[in-house]
Amino acid sequence: MIELALAFWETLPRWLQSAMLIAPVMFSLTIAVAFFTLAERKVIGAMQIRIGPNRVGPWGLLQPFADVFKLFFKEIILPSASSRVLFVIAPMLALAPAFLVWAVVPFDAGVVLADVNAALLYILALTSLTVYGVIIAGWASNSKYAFLGAMRSAAQIVAYELAMGFALVGVLMAAGSLNLGDIVEAQSGSVVHWYWLPLLPMFLVYFLSGVAETNRAPFDVAEGESEIVAGFHVEYSGAVFAAFFLAEYMNIMLISFLAALLFLGGWLSPFQGTFMEAWFAWMPGTLWLFGKAFFFMFCFLWFRATFPRYRYDQIMRLGWKVFIPITIIWIFVEGIAIWRGWGPWFS
Amino acid sequence: MREAMHNLKIWFRSLLLLELIAGLMVTLRHFFKPNSTVFYPEEKTPMSPRFRGLHALRRYANGEERCIACKLCEAVCPALAITIESEPRDDGTRRTTRYEIDLFKCIYCGFCEESCPVDSIVETRIHEYHFENRGEQIMNKEKLLAIGDKYEAQIASDRAADARYR
Repeated sequence: MIELALAFWETLPRWLQSAMLIAPVMFSLTIAVAFFTLAERKVIGAMQIRIGPNRVGPWGLLQPFADVFKLFFKEIILPSASSRVLFVIAPMLALAPAFLVWAVVPFDAGVVLADVNAALLYILALTSLTVYGVIIAGWASNSKYAFLGAMRSAAQIVAYELAMGFALVGVLMAAGSLNLGDIVEAQSGSVVHWYWLPLLPMFLVYFLSGVAETNRAPFDVAEGESEIVAGFHVEYSGAVFAAFFLAEYMNIMLISFLAALLFLGGWLSPFQGTFMEAWFAWMPGTLWLFGKAFFFMFCFLWFRATFPRYRYDQIMRLGWKVFIPITIIWIFVEGIAIWRGWGPWFS
Repeated sequence: MREAMHNLKIWFRSLLLLELIAGLMVTLRHFFKPNSTVFYPEEKTPMSPRFRGLHALRRYANGEERCIACKLCEAVCPALAITIESEPRDDGTRRTTRYEIDLFKCIYCGFCEESCPVDSIVETRIHEYHFENRGEQIMNKEKLLAIGDKYEAQIASDRAADARYR
């Protein structure tokens, strides 16, 4: 039976094979985003001693679908003063890279759509593309609030992209590879072998820059509903608005998965190298990876429930005068550590 | 020197995100707390007998309406929501011919109930009501008396519960 299926698989054209692998990933990503929005409302509700949505379906589980249907039945308004072509292109520019990045994210040893060697570079390139969606959306709307949101977002992402890039350089130096699978394998050993410990400042800077780069609280000045209404997507409604939403949440999940892969040993068991390793040998690595990523996704919601929005100059100060110097200093420290072969990480 | 040390201490504290972590711990503690939500249409919070909701006009046990058109409630009403017109009835007693409360003006202060010498106008516990057409917010004598008739048991028991504090 399995031979037959494999033989049939071989007869399919390559584009169809790829499409059949890509489709389930895209589908599960979209579903994951849907439930992540529900989780956001539930988690923030719990932190405010409320329940959150609980009316649609059991425990409100169908709430995201109700939201999506509502959005899709709404009219897509094209402002008469807007630049039509750019206005329509902007949400696509935001959404497409958010989907594309997942091509190189491994879900277990070898379970990856495209096992390319420049994966980290590819991710950096595509995540910085998403800001074009935001900037073009703000510009094309021809609205002062959208424009202000876009400007803020652009300046913020330039600042935090640098810190993030430096933090990733730290990972790259430690692992000696740009391939995400190789980076995870380079961390094998035990919990202390994972890069969160030798690269602790990088880890924190990476994750906080990730929060800033996805325009999430407390760095959500691009949306800043109290002063610029909803920032870059004021003029968007219905399904196009949903596209921005989808892109934002997929980027959050991406940052979470990358933090788990690059700093918390991806699919490696946290009990590796201890006497408990055999007890958990039955657990597939995917579960560990998802558990770690879910922790970071929870952190995004946790931050949003805890911190008020940063003032704009404070965001800039944090990006340029704190994060970037820290990462540069740590790159030098790490260089010395690699040169001297300090164990257990660099020996 | 001391100031420099102080600044250094603050600098380290903000670098190590100590205050932010303290804040995160607060929200995390609340995350695990049982929540205090009342599932409103299914569950309701307890209500005081003094609750001031929708108005009602009461009657005596023999069916005679209590209101004697003294117009004290009209005079005391701070929102000028009450309008009263009166005429002598055939038996010579003075009764209202018109008793209207505009619920959009009413601020539910309860002064009308306090000023009433015969406990005619009262505010009941009814608070879940709505209007579907313009003009429905003006409660006339018939509507007020109907509410009084319908909820007389509740109204009487609420007055009795509160009697010793009046």
